[in-house]
Amino acid sequence: MIALDWYLALSAILFTIGVIGVLTRKNAIVIFMCAELMLNAVNLSLVSFSAHLGDVHGQILVFFSLCVAAAEAAVGLAIIIAIFRNNLSVDITRINLLRW
Amino acid sequence: MVEHIINSISHLYPEIAITLTLCVALIADLVLKKESHAIGWIVLGGLVITGVLVVAQTGRELSIFSDMLAVDPFAVFFKIMLLIASVLVVLFSMQSRELIDYVDRIGEYYMLILGMILGMFLMVGATNVLLMYLAFELTSICSYVLAGFTRRSLKSAEASMKYIVYGAVSSGIMLYGISLLVGITGAVSIYGINEALAAGVEQPLVLLVAGLMILVGLGFKIAIVPFHFWAPDVYEGAPITITAYLAVASKIAAFAMTVRFFKVAFLDNGVDIAGALPLVDAFNWSVILAVMAALAMIVGNLVALWQQNIKRLLAYSSIAHAGYILMGLVVLTDEGVSAIMIYVFIYLFMNMGAFYVAMLVSNKLGTEQIDDYKGLGRRAPLESVAMTVFLVALTGLPPTAGFIAKLFIFGAAINAGWLLLVLIAGIMTIVSLFYYMRVVRNMFLFEPQEEAGLLNFGLSSKIILMVMLVPTLIFGVYFTPVLEFARNSIQIFGL
Repeated sequence: MIALDWYLALSAILFTIGVIGVLTRKNAIVIFMCAELMLNAVNLSLVSFSAHLGDVHGQILVFFSLCVAAAEAAVGLAIIIAIFRNNLSVDITRINLLRW
Repeated sequence: MVEHIINSISHLYPEIAITLTLCVALIADLVLKKESHAIGWIVLGGLVITGVLVVAQTGRELSIFSDMLAVDPFAVFFKIMLLIASVLVVLFSMQSRELIDYVDRIGEYYMLILGMILGMFLMVGATNVLLMYLAFELTSICSYVLAGFTRRSLKSAEASMKYIVYGAVSSGIMLYGISLLVGITGAVSIYGINEALAAGVEQPLVLLVAGLMILVGLGFKIAIVPFHFWAPDVYEGAPITITAYLAVASKIAAFAMTVRFFKVAFLDNGVDIAGALPLVDAFNWSVILAVMAALAMIVGNLVALWQQNIKRLLAYSSIAHAGYILMGLVVLTDEGVSAIMIYVFIYLFMNMGAFYVAMLVSNKLGTEQIDDYKGLGRRAPLESVAMTVFLVALTGLPPTAGFIAKLFIFGAAINAGWLLLVLIAGIMTIVSLFYYMRVVRNMFLFEPQEEAGLLNFGLSSKIILMVMLVPTLIFGVYFTPVLEFARNSIQIFGL
């Protein structure tokens, strides 16, 4: 039996990797992958809390968050395609019409 | 159990009506001929029916679906606000010139608006962290698509892109906060969380982190500093009708969710005085919220000073207004909550009005630059006078309703002893006068160019304008009904 702390630590590390990726990467698709990584880190933490507390609510939350993540990815990719048709690029440093 | 569910369904009629309208709109979009706003009328009809069902809920105060959703006067008040905003936005959309190029897909547009309404209805009633998150995401995902609806415009696609990146990250952070909160309290309903916190938690630091992370998600939706970076870009790039909707409806819904969550989950409800003590001593919610409110007022008003685009100016002004409204939550009293309600009621009319005039001008002149408003006072007298009234109201000067809104929110903050915050708000109100009046100066103190003639906007737009102008003026003088309505609606279930 692995202690709860290890799961939470792994979840925190994954979440941090996701945040760093969102902040530093320039390709819009990679940014979305990092955002998905953040959500999956949350799922891990929810499931481990749920198992630790012997309470099913956390696991139910995970199902919903998976669905929401899928919907968000679908919308996000559609928006990236719209951007690509306009700019012929998904590099976010070149998407800079709107500033200040 | 079955009886409980059946009983709960009977309190869910407004949401069911919206869902049915969505289905009808979906089928109608397949059957009816394209290139008409027929779906818009179907949506309006559905909203009116929903309005009747919401009004029928007046006076109920109960929790349904095993503490998933609360039906209380607080929720009913905000649902009425959201419905007024939605009806206005649907009416705006029928006249918008921006959307004409996309009229073959206009059915989708109205369906997404319906999806947003459903999400916001659930947001104002949600008493369970799961439903809070789901409603939040339903609203967000619909608004990402709507912000990029005019997708061949470079600005609109960029706005949508920025919105979804910020939105995905902030909702991810909020969900992480929720998972920590669920983990340390072992409860998913906000009443259960409150009980667990009242019994004491072992890790106050984790609670602090969880609370701050949830605040990131809520702050993103409210567009409060320092989570406001998306707002100006999205507001400028999105179609103007959607900008108005994001600035008013989704902000109002997010405020309702924030107030309910903080008041129910984080306050010691055993103390029945106004301004109950924060449950957890580890950190002070009021101070964190006060700093955010002050920053929002300062950043929003100061950056608005040098904006050239009217949508962007109104975006920064809406950030500043979020700061003023947040003052009502800082004080954590019933007086503060009723001040928030008065404020959002009036903010709804004055901000929608300002966006409507901006849309009419954009329809006729094809411009959103403030410099192009020069001489508009001669060319479109009624619209210019209306815009002046809305901007004076947004500044908060008498005799408009904006003054009443600010009066009550400042009064609530002074009574609770937040003098410094009120001082900042007062100074920033004076700063805001400068940039609002710049628009008015452009309209009235410049002669129109030689060839520019009178602009004719048509009767229907004048009627819609009056719907917003009249309340903005009347409630500035005769504000007792708003006051009564707000004071009768502060009852949150479980408090």
